[in-house]
Amino acid sequence: MLRRFLQEKSPPSVVRRLMETEAGWERESWLELNQQLGLTGVHIPEAFGGQGFGFVELGIVLEEMGRALLCAPYFATTVLAATAIMNGASETQQTALLPPIALGEVVATLAFTEPNGRWDSSGIETTATSGGGRFRLDGVKSFVLDGHTADLIVVAARAPGSSGEEGLSLFTVNGDAAGLTRRALKVLDPTRKQARLEFNGVAADLLGELGGGAGPLARTLTQAAVCLASEMVGGAERLRLSALDYANLRMQFGRPIASFQSMKHKQADMLLDVELAKSAAYAAASAAAEGDPELPAIASLAKACASEAYLQTAIHTIQIHGGIGFTWDNDTHLWFKRAKSSEVFLGDPAWHRDRMLQAWGA
Amino acid sequence: MVETMSEPTEATVRAEARGWLEANWNPELGLVEWRTRLVDSGWGMPSWPKAWHGRDLPTAFDAIVADELRRAGAVSVARSGVRGLAAATLLEHGGDFHKAKFLRRILTGEDNWCQLFSEPGSGSDLAGALTRAELKEGRWVFNGQKVWTTSAHHADWGLLLARTDSNLPKHQGLSYFVLDMRQSGVEVRQLRQMNGHASFNQVFFTDAEAPAEHLVGEVGGGWAVATTTLMHERRGADGMRLWGSASNLKGHIYDEERAEIATVNEPYKWYPQRAGRVDLVLDRAKATGRISDPVVRQEIARLLTLSKTAEWTATRARVAQAQGRPPGPEGSLGKLAASHVARAAARVHTLISGADAMLSGEDGPMDGLIAEILVSVPAVSIAGGTDEIQRNIIAERVLRMPKEPRSDDDRPFRDVPKNRLG
Repeated sequence: MLRRFLQEKSPPSVVRRLMETEAGWERESWLELNQQLGLTGVHIPEAFGGQGFGFVELGIVLEEMGRALLCAPYFATTVLAATAIMNGASETQQTALLPPIALGEVVATLAFTEPNGRWDSSGIETTATSGGGRFRLDGVKSFVLDGHTADLIVVAARAPGSSGEEGLSLFTVNGDAAGLTRRALKVLDPTRKQARLEFNGVAADLLGELGGGAGPLARTLTQAAVCLASEMVGGAERLRLSALDYANLRMQFGRPIASFQSMKHKQADMLLDVELAKSAAYAAASAAAEGDPELPAIASLAKACASEAYLQTAIHTIQIHGGIGFTWDNDTHLWFKRAKSSEVFLGDPAWHRDRMLQAWGA
Repeated sequence: MVETMSEPTEATVRAEARGWLEANWNPELGLVEWRTRLVDSGWGMPSWPKAWHGRDLPTAFDAIVADELRRAGAVSVARSGVRGLAAATLLEHGGDFHKAKFLRRILTGEDNWCQLFSEPGSGSDLAGALTRAELKEGRWVFNGQKVWTTSAHHADWGLLLARTDSNLPKHQGLSYFVLDMRQSGVEVRQLRQMNGHASFNQVFFTDAEAPAEHLVGEVGGGWAVATTTLMHERRGADGMRLWGSASNLKGHIYDEERAEIATVNEPYKWYPQRAGRVDLVLDRAKATGRISDPVVRQEIARLLTLSKTAEWTATRARVAQAQGRPPGPEGSLGKLAASHVARAAARVHTLISGADAMLSGEDGPMDGLIAEILVSVPAVSIAGGTDEIQRNIIAERVLRMPKEPRSDDDRPFRDVPKNRLG
């Protein structure tokens, strides 16, 4: 049902229209998406206005969104911001912040990476100074998904002079706060927008406990890696099937190119890549849902595996399409660019492979 | 035996099997003596027809009866090696003669079997078999050569695919036979592999003979029969597994069963090394200190990712099967995934071992075990169907891609170009 809905709402023509806009998404269709299917609140507890499902269901939703290449601030809002709030905020704060997100009324994001491009707390230099019950944020965040359009921004910042996991806290900032300069970055994947945010004494509210942000942030990023793996698997499968369709249609030397062994073997390899990555994404989603202590290792495994499967599938898909495969009019490049961007976002495969070994004590 | 008219349920089948075992199981019996009782009762193969050592129960009850056997500590019918394939094939395609002559002794374990399909000139292309079968004075006479025959040296009977007519297209000229292996026209020679082990045999036929009624199915109908055997072979994890022993209980009957399984397993003792021994990697990397090398870490992590995802994919296939869902693509990928895992493992073992990777035997790492891995892995992507054939199967049967035009099935087999055998 979700697949059909997204096929209707997010055909390539719509993706192409939205990717040319600076925002990259439209509030009208965003509201429709959420009011008809309640997607923004999938894993938000019912007590906070959500659907009360878990990471397995969220993974299914993301797989379909990845397949449809949906242009919407879903990963920023539901996966990153809502999960960070669920992990880090007090019950009172969750009561205030989560229901508008679950309803689709508030678009939110998580600003944690900085221009140094590190994907854990070691890269965070933005400082938070207290004053009069609120805090002032100073620093620069980059690679912030939908950062230029979000209504609410969850920001990771540290006490001046602290380092590593010490002194880290999460804060919330309004998108239109004074002292906040937002600039849309020119991105390789125009279907998923990113922004650079400069904080110059921006007033912020503490989320959760002061100095207690490292744990919730790490947990959020692990869970987000699982979600991204699901999204990538959906995209990869879509590409694989489009390449298969094309190989069956395309005639050369008097026969469909799908009848050549070189094409069959490539397709078999693509199926293997995608199915192995799918198994990894499913195992990771189950581990996230069950709070498995092995989650950090399995999440990194799934992120690395799905990243490589997605990109490799995209490369094969272009190759199978031949000359038309690298034209702008053919749709393959839309998914190729998402594959490339997702390969790097939240940490590249080599980084995640090493984290996996660390998590296994090696 | 009391016949009940009502539909069997899990509870009634369990109770009846348990009752029979309580009255009949006796670990003091000889292995064949016990299995004969078991086979006669029908509890050895509950889903087989009553006429042929079974009880006509739905296959779903096999597991319940097996469970009761385990619970009682009772030994099951003989299943190891090729005999299971022989039983399934004869049950489906054999006539009453074959069933009466062979099935009981397969189940009691009195006879050993081997499979005579592959030839030096036809490995991936099994239907290109050249071994000739001619009917002379009411007996079949065979001439030719088979290869990759596991356990041929202690087999009593062979499942033989041979050509009865070269004037027909290749698949139509094949017939299927049961061949007595204990005769002077059959010569079995060991085939030594690059890892030094000799797990397989070459089998030569020089006017080997079989009675006319040892033909299974129709003359020219051999390919369909062979397909049944192959289907059961694939279902049984492509014949590349080690057979587990029923128990580690003490007693004469268990010793006999363990000896039977050990004989079947002997050729497969290096198979874990062929699969790459992923289980050794992390410990060895830590012990040698190579775990701190970032390049080695990446290779290890890639290997563990492959191995884990292959395992999870097999689990997905099993869950789908248990839930009665149609088999998805995940079920057909195992063999190809296993090749990737084994190759990656060999690469990682080499990286971890450094210069010692050049040494074998007692000079080599782990007393030569690592060397055995390195020289056994190349077989994994060939035996039981090459990676290339696996990819063709995935593409044509799972992805429904069109078959390649072929030039060997629209003409008499004698006109098809063949390998020149030296």
